[in-house]
Amino acid sequence: MGKAMEWLRRTFHRMGSPRWFFAGSRGWVLGLYLVGAALIVVGSVWGLGFAPTDRLQGDSYRILYVHVPAAHLAEAVYVAIAIAGVVHLVWRMKMADLAIAAAAPVGMTLTAAALATGYIWGIPTWGTGWVWDARTTSMLVLLFLYFGLIALRQAVPRPERAALAVSVLAIVGVVNIPVIKYSVDWFTTLHQPASIRLGERPSIDPSMLWPLAVNALGYYLFLVGVVVAALRAKIIERESKADWVRSWVQAR
Amino acid sequence: MNAFLTQLRRDLAISFRHGAEAMNPIAFFALAAFLLGLGQSTLRLDEAAAGALWVLALFANVLAVEGLFGRDREDGSLEQLLLHAKPLFAALLGKVAAHWMMSGLPIAALSPFVALLVDVPPDGMLVLALTLLLGTPTLALVGAIGAALVAGTGRGGLLVALLVMPLYVPTLLFGAGAAMTALAGGDPSAELLWLAALLAASITLAPFGVDAALRVGQEY
Repeated sequence: MGKAMEWLRRTFHRMGSPRWFFAGSRGWVLGLYLVGAALIVVGSVWGLGFAPTDRLQGDSYRILYVHVPAAHLAEAVYVAIAIAGVVHLVWRMKMADLAIAAAAPVGMTLTAAALATGYIWGIPTWGTGWVWDARTTSMLVLLFLYFGLIALRQAVPRPERAALAVSVLAIVGVVNIPVIKYSVDWFTTLHQPASIRLGERPSIDPSMLWPLAVNALGYYLFLVGVVVAALRAKIIERESKADWVRSWVQAR
Repeated sequence: MNAFLTQLRRDLAISFRHGAEAMNPIAFFALAAFLLGLGQSTLRLDEAAAGALWVLALFANVLAVEGLFGRDREDGSLEQLLLHAKPLFAALLGKVAAHWMMSGLPIAALSPFVALLVDVPPDGMLVLALTLLLGTPTLALVGAIGAALVAGTGRGGLLVALLVMPLYVPTLLFGAGAAMTALAGGDPSAELLWLAALLAASITLAPFGVDAALRVGQEY
């Protein structure tokens, strides 16, 4: 127990150091990209080519192999950003803010992707692309929250002040996440309730579920790779005056 | 309670001394509703009018809340407030309450008359006023967080709108929803309870957000 805590504390402090993170994360990006991309290829080919056709929706349901991972990650990225916001405000850890800066555009893109795929799927299935139901509306709100995070950072001239403001906004905005998550349970919505829940038998057949699981894992790994790569770029940008960055640039 | 009342009295006194300025949100609301009514000759509004009035009230709130901390920041009294107010929570609530009494409250009080302009049927008027009465304080509290974040940046309007309008969505949905339900002959109490719940939550939580945002904004 003591050892584990000690390891945790040391990792926490190391993660707080841009230099250490930059040096330590080098191999991670490529690894995450490769494993993530491989899983996405396997999951997509399996889901699009080999999973059975849905009796009611036909082949249009297959968009879920993009829609579900994108929507799920869009929320997960926001939760991660809010946690980073707390860490930044409490411990004034520069890395937490750089992580927010790196993750916000990724989360925004995923939210847009989830909305777009939902729209495309809605046209044949619901008969309309867009409805103002609780799930779609709260997802749109998430998109605007991401806009806000990015716009606020640009509006404040001093980066370290912008960082604090963005952290506050990220924490305030997190109230939207449970609304998105439970919107399909709390309200009568057109969007169907979740098919997969912890601790319950999924209401989706295993032959359709497995490719989704593979794809979701692939998306997770790949996008963590994207965020880490963006974070490395932010570190170089923000620390451009530090000696170690100069020597790193000269060594290249 | 003392800090709350002191701040409330001070801000109200300042608002009354700048009488014309304090009228702006109400004038905006009435004027925009008037334009909406003019357009109605070509555009059928009917029940949609209640929702449209809610959107106007929301815009009026965004425009008004932007300046909530501006003057105090310029003359240094905001810094004094952050340093001295005990408890700051109560003082900030007092500040937002004063702001609401000069913007949201008159808009809610005026709304039945404005509703006449845009032909909202009589059954909807009182419910509309009630939803505005319950909903506008939530808007003011949440808007104060956005205003506090942007206070020092020197760029207001659109940025505040972009930051706070997503957070206004639940209030708008339940507010407009209650009015629509009442107009359709249903019982709007579920939506009204939701509005009340949102208000209770924002009274307890929003001042902490305003506090944090103001401290950040002190040194832009």
